[in-house]
Amino acid sequence: MVSRDSDIAAPKRDLGYWIRFSFVRLGILPILLIAAVVIFALMSDNFLTVRNLTNVVRQSVYLMIVSLGQMFALLTGGFDLSVGTILAITSVVGASAMASAYAMMPDAVGLAILIGVLAGIAAGVAVGLCNGIGVALLGVSPFIMTLGMSSVGFGIALYLTGGVPVYGMPVEFGEIFGFGELFGIPVPVYIAALLAILTYLFVNWTRQGRYFYAVGGNIKAARLSGINTRVTLFVTYVLCALLTSIAGMLLTARLDTGEANIGASMPLESIAACVIAGVSLRGGVGRVENVVLGALFIVLVQNGMNLARIESYLQIVVLGGLLILAVIADQIRLRYIASARD
Amino acid sequence: MTNEPALVREGPAHAGTPILQTVGIRKRYPGVLALDAVDFDLRPGEVHILFGENGAGKSTLISILAGVQRPTAGEVRYRGERVDLQSVHHARSLGISAVFQEFSLVPQMTVEENLFLGAEITRGGILDKGNLHRRAQDIIARLGFPLRPNQRIEHLSRAEQQMVEIAKAFRSDLSVLILDEPTASLTERETERLFALIDQVKAQGVGVVYITHRMQEIRRIGDRITVLRDGRYVATLDARSATEDELVRLMTGRVISELFPKVKFAPGEERLRIDRLTTGRRTVVDASLSVRAGEIVGLAGLVGSGKSEVMRAVFGLEAVASGRVYLKGEDVTGATTRALLRRGFFYLPPDRREEGLVMMRSCRENMSLPSLDVPPFGRGPLLDRAGEARKVAELGDRMNLRPRRVERAVDHFSGGNQQKVLLAKCLTRSVDVYVFDEPTVGVDVGTRAAIYAFIRDLCEAGAAVVLISSDLPEIINLACRAYVFYRGRVQAELVGHEITEQSLLARFFEREVA
Repeated sequence: MVSRDSDIAAPKRDLGYWIRFSFVRLGILPILLIAAVVIFALMSDNFLTVRNLTNVVRQSVYLMIVSLGQMFALLTGGFDLSVGTILAITSVVGASAMASAYAMMPDAVGLAILIGVLAGIAAGVAVGLCNGIGVALLGVSPFIMTLGMSSVGFGIALYLTGGVPVYGMPVEFGEIFGFGELFGIPVPVYIAALLAILTYLFVNWTRQGRYFYAVGGNIKAARLSGINTRVTLFVTYVLCALLTSIAGMLLTARLDTGEANIGASMPLESIAACVIAGVSLRGGVGRVENVVLGALFIVLVQNGMNLARIESYLQIVVLGGLLILAVIADQIRLRYIASARD
Repeated sequence: MTNEPALVREGPAHAGTPILQTVGIRKRYPGVLALDAVDFDLRPGEVHILFGENGAGKSTLISILAGVQRPTAGEVRYRGERVDLQSVHHARSLGISAVFQEFSLVPQMTVEENLFLGAEITRGGILDKGNLHRRAQDIIARLGFPLRPNQRIEHLSRAEQQMVEIAKAFRSDLSVLILDEPTASLTERETERLFALIDQVKAQGVGVVYITHRMQEIRRIGDRITVLRDGRYVATLDARSATEDELVRLMTGRVISELFPKVKFAPGEERLRIDRLTTGRRTVVDASLSVRAGEIVGLAGLVGSGKSEVMRAVFGLEAVASGRVYLKGEDVTGATTRALLRRGFFYLPPDRREEGLVMMRSCRENMSLPSLDVPPFGRGPLLDRAGEARKVAELGDRMNLRPRRVERAVDHFSGGNQQKVLLAKCLTRSVDVYVFDEPTVGVDVGTRAAIYAFIRDLCEAGAAVVLISSDLPEIINLACRAYVFYRGRVQAELVGHEITEQSLLARFFEREVA
């Protein structure tokens, strides 16, 4: 009889084996994270300080929340290129509504803030509703639908403001949601943490959460298992927009103005954060906790480059390069997995 | 390399060297040995049948002969000389042409563009369209196929696409023709024409490698038969003297009665009734059938005959144009997949990669996917992950999943075990009518026997079972009633002993009743 595995020797467990093992198991992120920390610590003394690292966490809040939304789109095998526009339209509409409400009733600050926040989020979610209808009901490809909506939304945001920043929000809005701290930790960090936990629970402990993976992994198998794939796709884009618009309001609070020009780099950065975190572009694979780390990593790199005085134009180059590197690493990883099947 | 031929091979009838030969061919895919030291030879002017179950290695062997894949070890000899087939193109240049079951046609292009794809005739760097058109017409006329050179592939039926694939093989000089179940979607007349053509090329000294499961075809055109099992060479027989029992025994390694269990049928009340159903795409026309509790009803017919489509239409996967469907007396015509699952109708698709499983997710998630709305998998919108883990572990035991690692991605299991995961999906909720569509495609013999026992258990426990299959022995040995589909219509209903290969096959091709 022919022994089937006679020519496959047991792999040697040296350092190379463990690096490859952790790469296959955990993806590229841990390797990149360690590399980034080491490199920037060597380049700048200020990098590994509590103050700077707190700063990194604070700055990464916005990208983190958007990336959580982007993760839903990637899980179902699509992506959302309109996240930048959703940020812009949320910011502009939210700031305008808040400013008008505040002007009408200068005494009801809380109410004005509430009205503004709700209006901003509603405007952002409206973009998501359009994406959802286009992708889930009309069968437009996510690429075209969200690319088109990003132009539509951006145009509307510019038209509403004439391209000028919106002022006139109550100071308290910025003081609490932009710069506020509780027990030494910035308020936006609490909100981001809360959203990350909710997303984690939603994805891992609810039926609908499981359906995102199934629809992205194999939409036909999902349909044959009785899953309403249209509803799932629709919810995907609405959720992505909801999370993004929350980030939009937080960013508005931080900037103290409503701006149509925020978020242009958001589609790239959020997709990069997800892909580096091991979310598959083919859908069906991705973990919330890794996406949080992925967003942290991107901001960490930006922060490190700032401290190392790398010019901002070059930083854009590095970011694009990292995205492509992550995708290549993912391919190599798949090949390892295919060849290492036991 | 050890190599032990199971039987003494028949001595050469022709004196000449084989036109194509493999010596100790091996092909290893990650985790599987698809071919293990297989010797095969093809003489000029013979039709050599490759016989074996799905997954026996037939497809791997022909893809090596056609230059699609390269062997891990062993060698291919062409007219006695060793060749290292680099590509399909390379094989074609030697006159080796293959027609695979999966079509390699570009749907948006025309018949003639596809015929000469990769071998376009040019003059001064520019396509010589007039010449191409004439040659395409020549080939089609020679084959007698009802095709027009300027039709687009996407507008053709499956049978017509099959004809284009066959025509492609004839575009250049042939020395070896490889055909993988070419008649699967041809009518009787088209099949006869293909056979006449094979006779013609045989006379010219072309060697033909032919994969089929049909005894009729083996008798009609076969010269020798080589049987493969689990990637190994089993035997080579003379086609004229080989009996069916012998072939099945060689193919499965056991006698038919061992593979198929005896089922005790106890037909009870009617569970499913389909009344004059016609689908929107007219894949099913005016079909009526009924299924009772405690019986296995077989649906037989060619690919695209409507045997699969009728159940897909019931399950909400195809639009219903007219007719009614009753499940346990309740009208469920046009209900959604979800609603049908809730009411106890479960359809398991034939292609587990394509429609059955989410390959990159774990066995646990795949098994529980259809039933997250019911205990023990879920409570309201929330998942009961402890309950899920318990139930899935139990199902892993019941299906004898190997290895028993339910958290592993389905992708990393063998075909047979993937099929077990697929089958386990229908055990996650209470089901009254089970529909299995080609449940044993691409699984090994052991798993096949296990799947048949599984189906028997369901039936004997009082469920209504529908078995859709292209594998005739399956229908003959498991079903207590069978419907034969032809061009979307129910051609015949056979009961008990009426279900024989002859009675089934005769109705596969019969003309439509006027």
